[in-house]
Amino acid sequence: MTDKTELNATHRELGARMVDFGGWDMPIAYGSQIEEHHAVRKDAGMFDVSHMTVVDLTGERTRDFLRKLVANNIDKLAKPGKALYTCMLNETGGVVDDLIVYFLREDFFRLVVNAATRVNDLAWIEKHAGEFGVTVRERPEFGMIAVQGPNARQKLIDLLPEDVREKATRLGKFAAIEVEGPNGMPLFLARTGYTGEDGFEVVVPNTRVVELWKLLHDAGVTPAGLGARDTLRLEAGMNLYGQDMDESVTPWEAALAWTISLDEGRDFIGRAALEKQKADGVPRTMIGLVMDEKGVLRHGQKVLTSAGEGEILSGGFAPTLGKSVAFARVPVGDLGDVRVDIRGKEVPVRVVKFPFVRDGQLMAGIAG
Amino acid sequence: MSNNEIPGDLKFAKSHEWVRVEQDGTVTVGISDHAQGALGDLVYVELPEVGAEVEAGAGAAVVESVKAASDIYAPVSGEVIAVNSDLSDKPETINEDAWDAGWIFKLKIKDKSELDNLLTADEYADQVEKEDN
Repeated sequence: MTDKTELNATHRELGARMVDFGGWDMPIAYGSQIEEHHAVRKDAGMFDVSHMTVVDLTGERTRDFLRKLVANNIDKLAKPGKALYTCMLNETGGVVDDLIVYFLREDFFRLVVNAATRVNDLAWIEKHAGEFGVTVRERPEFGMIAVQGPNARQKLIDLLPEDVREKATRLGKFAAIEVEGPNGMPLFLARTGYTGEDGFEVVVPNTRVVELWKLLHDAGVTPAGLGARDTLRLEAGMNLYGQDMDESVTPWEAALAWTISLDEGRDFIGRAALEKQKADGVPRTMIGLVMDEKGVLRHGQKVLTSAGEGEILSGGFAPTLGKSVAFARVPVGDLGDVRVDIRGKEVPVRVVKFPFVRDGQLMAGIAG
Repeated sequence: MSNNEIPGDLKFAKSHEWVRVEQDGTVTVGISDHAQGALGDLVYVELPEVGAEVEAGAGAAVVESVKAASDIYAPVSGEVIAVNSDLSDKPETINEDAWDAGWIFKLKIKDKSELDNLLTADEYADQVEKEDN
């Protein structure tokens, strides 16, 4: 059984090529995936991300619950509206999922989790919510559109009623507000994204999502598919669950150390395992690669280093660079000259810091 | 995107390569417009060596789109006598003109009877229609 978002017919009218994505029938591209990528880097594009799962947590002890559930420190969220990127871990420190937590009220937090992990996530959250008296409610009645690119915010703000435009303009990065949208539709507007560009992710009732999409399209926002979303997030150095990390990988091994908060006295799930792995020595690390030669780095290719073999995680062609880039997991140690086995040929690659691209610009050292 | 009318003078492999028999008896090989559309934006083409012997049904070249790498099979057996080296810098030529400027390699055919194993343009059109449904 394939799920469809409310925008399914709209995608088909636009001539999208549809694919199965984690059980959802989603657009991979409407025409040229590379042009959609550039539209987001240079102007404004939009993605139907209604397949993502919105989960609302309510109850007086919700913050306490999140102190235990997630590896980042929920107390970084001091002001209502602020958002936090974090992982939830299993007891062995493996990543159950990555997610964004929005602090709305002391007794009301909103999570946005991955579509492909929905069932597992809900079971995991519910299993631990009980002892805190927290109510877990999935919100399938909402759709979501990500509007991304240097001109994305302005194009959306121009559609809002005049009296809320200033408030929407002032909204800081990684924060969200509830505002009245065009034609009275209620919007949850978050200044977040998965492209490395500025923009909004907009949660809107399913009954209004097609209307909002059409207004944005008429305002010159380019529809973009999951193909462009993947190349944009890869260039932006953002992990993809299932490809770059899963339950067998700790955040230390997935370049997610920045999301781990070992704050004094907080006993989050997986903490003991993380501390033990750190004390024993983390065996593997995630690195960024650029290939200056022609060809494309792909998931699963073997990576050869002086410290031993590794593998390509997310890999692909980076349209902003015009070359292939990848994340790879390799043994910790002196890597020497790193090569990738592509169809039996050892091709040299450069190890670089990522992100590869941020706010439309290649980062230092990426172009070579 | 290029013209999706299928030229009637071409023959096809089930794996979406087209074959044009030239006046001198050599054959030119490319991939169909349907195939380039399914692959999406092409970013790299790995061409065979001129002089290489290829077997019908065996991989002879690789095209890589943003999405995936895909083998191009030799529709008939023979010797590679030319490759479209323009594709090294402009792989997107296949997206723009799969039927002509986007040709991939030319073969000196070993056994002309192998051409009889290929699909006609109409048969290929039927196959594509079935795949789409």
